Order: sequence, then structure tokens, then C-alpha cells
Amino acid sequence: MPNIIFIEPDGVRKSVNAEIGQSIMEVAVQNGVNGIDADCGGACSCATCHGYIDEKWRDRIESADAVELEMLDFAYMRAEGSRLTCQIKVVDDMDGLLIRLPDAQA
Amino acid sequence: MNGNVVIVGSGHAGVSVAFKLRTLGFKGTITVIGEDIYLPYHRPPLSKKYIANLGDEERLYLKPESQYRSEQIDLRLNCRVNAIHRSQNQIELEDGQRVHYDTLVLATGARARTLSEEQGGRAQNIHTLRNLSDAKRIRDTFTPNKNLLVVGGGYIGLEMAAVARSLGLQVTLIEREDRILGRVAAAQTAAHFKSLHQKHGVRILEGVGINYLERSDDRVEKAGLSDGTEIDVDVVVVGIGVIPDVTLAKDAGLQVANGIVVDHAGRTSDTAIYAIGDCASFAFRDQMIRLESVQNAVDMAEVVARSITGASASYDCQPWFWSDQYTTKLQIAGLNLGYTHVAVRRKNDSSLSIWYFAGERLIAVDAVNDAKAFMTARRWLSSGQSPDLDGIANESLELNTLTLSEKTDLVT
Repeated sequence: MPNIIFIEPDGVRKSVNAEIGQSIMEVAVQNGVNGIDADCGGACSCATCHGYIDEKWRDRIESADAVELEMLDFAYMRAEGSRLTCQIKVVDDMDGLLIRLPDAQA
Repeated sequence: MNGNVVIVGSGHAGVSVAFKLRTLGFKGTITVIGEDIYLPYHRPPLSKKYIANLGDEERLYLKPESQYRSEQIDLRLNCRVNAIHRSQNQIELEDGQRVHYDTLVLATGARARTLSEEQGGRAQNIHTLRNLSDAKRIRDTFTPNKNLLVVGGGYIGLEMAAVARSLGLQVTLIEREDRILGRVAAAQTAAHFKSLHQKHGVRILEGVGINYLERSDDRVEKAGLSDGTEIDVDVVVVGIGVIPDVTLAKDAGLQVANGIVVDHAGRTSDTAIYAIGDCASFAFRDQMIRLESVQNAVDMAEVVARSITGASASYDCQPWFWSDQYTTKLQIAGLNLGYTHVAVRRKNDSSLSIWYFAGERLIAVDAVNDAKAFMTARRWLSSGQSPDLDGIANESLELNTLTLSEKTDLVT
């Protein structure tokens, strides 16, 4: 099981176990990580599971599809490395993946 | 920020207000009382991914159990509230136990409307879908080649038809009104979804109701339809709307009209009692409305949490919804209530958006596989800006190049 590291909005670092096939959003929610709302529960309709993928990891993750990119255009505080975490599936070689969470989701 | 907050209802609204209170620094006790037996969960996926067997139950949970403990939220499931005793600031549970509140939040939601006796009443294989227990029962009966009759051509009915087809059932959907989505969408949106379902093999019968349901051993076996035909039936799913759960509020003498009437801060006619989510009726564009949606649950919860913690808060309702059917994603921004004009932008056969105007003011958009239209509309609606109708209807113009103006009057 890969470990995923989240940096919560207040700077707290949480390292949690992820299961293959879960989305990163689900990993965060099920482990009580602060800073992700995920109102729509993973339907790619609310843009409130926004996070910033650490630079070292950006090229190693499957890229965003058209719907996600269109939704991201309107995410709060979009920046380099912005992704909707409900659209990223956990795979084997994600151990150590680092994601920073924005100050707010909307 | 102390005191006892008691929340009745463990749906998305009730749970959101509990956690939001903690985020805002509320230090008092928080009790969430729910009739449901399951840890609070996302409801929308029930009619979509969950029944299609694409997700375990745990994946539906709003929060892990441990987080209720760590945030000191006393979650009491499988627990019914029998009455509110307003003069004593107490609620009474079904076992007679009383719980004191300083602030009470009613997040009692809604119940699924069922078939009337004339329409066929109840039977073992007639289902409605409202909670996880319903979804489990339906999921167990959805096996390949069974004959499913869906009653009602609203979003729940259409989502159930889509899920059933993906699982290999034979599906007939009947809608008593002259077209599907009659109450909630324009004819253009309805036509797109009708054709989508027909392409996937759903038999859609509009303007058709039930004459009789023939049963044996409390199971429906045949349905006589108002078009004169009789069809074999193994499973019936009824999606004909919901009834807000206002019993507690009504019995307690709170003002109720369709839903529990609340002001801009979510307060009922008793200042110690709030109502949020599906059960609450509030003013929107000069009308009293209820909304059955995640957005409404979460946003009202936030307003009420702020209000309880002493901040001034007012609900600026910006509705949005979504529906997934097959691989089609419908995203809805705004509320089309009272629209006078519709403009359609068509990108291709599977991607289009339907724009609703009241006079010259943009009020809602149905975006079909077009997240850009959805998010653009949300932005325009929240800032009170409207594009002109002709610009919208001209697909060669990019949305972000359209001229916007502020239209505050509903009809000009």
C-alpha cells in the first residue's frame, strides 16, 4: 500500500496509507485529512477536492482529462500542479506522493 | 461559543453543519440524531455508481467513524425523534428519553413519494430509492434480463434506467406527463436524454400511466398501462418525487408550507430552531422554494453554522446539480424556475448546453458533457451577469468572448 502525504492548509503534514484503486480524494476523506470538501463525492462536478501535486510528481501521474481541466479552470486558487484529487486513482508506484491543499476550496 | 446543538437528521446537511461548527471553533456539545442505520453517506451515487456495483459502501461515507469521535460529535444512528418540546427546549426520542438543546437544527430531509392505491400501491418488488437500505434492496434485484418498469421520467427514474441497462436488464420507463423531465428541464434537454436512453435500449413511454398492477404473493407480475398494453414485470422502481419530512416541525407548531419555512439565516419561526437541506423552504427570487440537492444541503449548513456561532450569515443560494447517465454527464447551474426563453449551444452530438433566460436575465444552464459551459454559467450567475441570447446561440463565438450585462429584473 503506497503512502500519500498531504500538507493540510495550516501546514500540518499527514502521511496516510492508500489502497490501490481508491481516488486520492477518497484517501484524504477516509483518513480525515483537512482541506478537502469533496461535496459531490467524486463526480467531478464541484471542484472542491482541489490540491497541488508536488513538482517532482507532476509528470509521473496520469494527466487530467478534458472535463477535469475545464472544472479546474474555475477552481479556487488554481496554480501549477493543480488537480482535482477525485480524478486521480492510486496506483502502485505512488508511494511518497506529496499533495498540498489550498487554504480554501471555494 | 458554548451550549448544546442538537441536529435531527444524519444526511449531508446534518453532518455538514456539525463539522462546520467545529471548524468555526464551536466548543459546546454537538449531537446528531439520525434514523438511518448507516454511517452518514453521499446520497447521489446511490442511483448511479453504487447500484452499478462500482463502489463499496465505505466509499460512500461522508467521514470516517473516527472523525466523529475526534471532533466530539455525538452521532446517534438508528434513532428516531418523536417530538420537539419547544417550551422546555427538549426533544423526545422514541424510547421516551429527552435531550436538551440550546439550538436545534432540523435536517430531516424528505421521503420518497410512493404509488397511490389507484396506481398500484405497495408490493414486495415495488421500490423507491432514498437511502442506502433502498439501494441495497434494488441492487439485489437488478440481475441481467429481468424486466424493470421505471415509473417516472425525472432524474432518479432516468438514472435508474441507465444503471439497469448497464447491468443488462430490460427497461421500460413510463412518464404520466406528456414528456420526461417535464417539471425540471426544457423540451430540448428532455429530447436529448430521451434519445440517449432510446439508443441504449430503454423503452420510453410518455403520456402513459399505470392502469393496474397484477400481482401474486405480494409481487407485481404484470403492469397494465394506460396506452392499453400489458407488460411483464419483475421489478418496479418508482421515482415520482419526494415529500419533505416536516412532521416534527408541524407537530411542534413551527410554520410549515411545503417545507419548514426559514428566513435568510435558516431560522424557523422559533429563533432557537433552524431548518436546512431538503426539508427547508426559503425565499429565492421572490418565491418560496425547496431544493433537493447536495449544494443546498452543504451551503445552508454553512450559513446556519455561522449563524449559530454568532456571525451574521445570509443564504445567497446559487444552485447547482448533476446527473450521470451512461457516460453522459449533465451539470446544471442555477434554477430555471420561471424561464421565458431558451437558447441551445450545440458542440456536437453528445455535447451541448441549454441556456435558460427570464426575459434577458440568465437564470440557469443544463450543460451536457460541457463542463466549461457549466462552470462559466456558475460564475456568471453568481456575479449576476447575463450574456445576450443571440450570442449564446451562436456556437462559433467562444463563451469568454461574449458581452455580459447585469440584468436584475426577472422579466424585462
